[in-house]
Amino acid sequence: MQPVIELSEVNQTFISADGTRVTALDEVNLTLRRHEFVSFIGPSGCGKSTILRLIAGLLKPSSGVISVYGKPVTEPRDEMGFVFQKPTLLPWLTVLDNITFPMKHKYGRVDAKDTARGHELLEMTGLTQFANKRPAELSGGMQQRVSIARSLLHDPDILLMDEPFSALDSLTRDEMSFELMRIWNERPKTVLFVTHSIQEALLLSDRIVVMSARPGRVSEIIDVPLARPRDEETLNHPLFHELTADIRHKVFSRRKEPA
Amino acid sequence: MKAFLERYIALLALVVAVLLWEAACKLFSIPVFILPSPSAIFASVSTLDAGRWATHILATLSVALSGFLLAIVIALPLAIAIVSSKLLARLVLPWLIVIQSTPVVAIAPIIVVTLGSGMLPRVVITTLISFFPLVISTATGMNSVPAELLELSKTLRAPRNREYWQIRMPYAVPYIFSALKVAITLSIIGAVVAEFVAADQGLGYLILFSTSSFKIPLAFASLFLLVVCSLTLYGLVSWLQKRLFPWSLDAK
Repeated sequence: MQPVIELSEVNQTFISADGTRVTALDEVNLTLRRHEFVSFIGPSGCGKSTILRLIAGLLKPSSGVISVYGKPVTEPRDEMGFVFQKPTLLPWLTVLDNITFPMKHKYGRVDAKDTARGHELLEMTGLTQFANKRPAELSGGMQQRVSIARSLLHDPDILLMDEPFSALDSLTRDEMSFELMRIWNERPKTVLFVTHSIQEALLLSDRIVVMSARPGRVSEIIDVPLARPRDEETLNHPLFHELTADIRHKVFSRRKEPA
Repeated sequence: MKAFLERYIALLALVVAVLLWEAACKLFSIPVFILPSPSAIFASVSTLDAGRWATHILATLSVALSGFLLAIVIALPLAIAIVSSKLLARLVLPWLIVIQSTPVVAIAPIIVVTLGSGMLPRVVITTLISFFPLVISTATGMNSVPAELLELSKTLRAPRNREYWQIRMPYAVPYIFSALKVAITLSIIGAVVAEFVAADQGLGYLILFSTSSFKIPLAFASLFLLVVCSLTLYGLVSWLQKRLFPWSLDAK
């Protein structure tokens, strides 16, 4: 499959509050294929979120090249959707208006087609009866669903997700994972998924990028051999447990290495 | 009974306090120029006819409201300027702090000398006293937008003015209303201060006039009406918030 996103020799350094130079990413090389689901896992400070923001065009790399569809990234592009750790909805808008907000914000107006698409997304995320509620009336899980629906409004080919389920309880997390898989099956897209949860990464991904911290480096890329479609049963599969243990070991041993 | 008590305890306390005040005045025969009794204050209301009262109340309200509106008109653009540009923030903030640190009561006579004795100096004094919390709260509100929402705006490559109108300004609404509630009561204070310095009508003028001619109950009656004005305006701001921005009450 053709590469969609390529990072070559990407370095990212910044000056921290106390004036010291911090290396967030060190010589990162990465090639992501079309419509694959890739998770990024690693300890805090390994630069997982930085990679997403670089690809999104929100940050510029200190050195190295990031290209999307063969073109260097210089600013955010339309084919991408971004889902943040927190739902970050606008409290004064209804659920439906939150979902169509990107159009309102980008073009200054929401046309009938956008509203129809908004309703479609509400149905897909099971939120139809909440269309006219405000975010404060929704649970955390429902709010995050709205935020995912918002990111899908323009049907992006690339979806960047920065620990989207980390603020949810574990039952809601599993439910959301299955829902995300369903959405991904219905409309395949390249998904970059940052997480702290090994199970979540295994359940969802084609490949898992294991990272180490200080400096942030790609330490290993693991192919997930679990068959698709995956469901609740996948979680009980012996191979699933084996892989979980294996990845935990890899993440953990990297941590203990002297800096 | 308990529910009744919970609902009306503040009102009951007020009634009891007024009764105790009345009783104390009668019992210790306190001279009226030291502390007039509630009944004497009430009686003094009729020494002015309704038309006169209305003139004084309207005079104070129009100064307070004009000053308040002028404060809003000045404060919101200033807050946007502070938030949108570091350079402007560095330019404007020291001036704001100097103005805020200057006792308005002290410069009020100077303003009257400079701007004459009309309504203008009174409005300016009121604005000076009430605009500072508005600027600071609005700027704080606009800066408290979660970083992710600003990133969302960037990923959409939306025009920068929409970041202000569609994200930052609405986000600041709860902060703006907290400040408006402070500013509206400050603007009554401002109007009274201005009337103390130079005025021929208004409740502040009436207090000054009646104390200088030993009509102490009338001064108290004016004071009472000032409090009513202040509470009414505060209630009006709260009502507007509930009416126009109901969501802002459970946010922050």
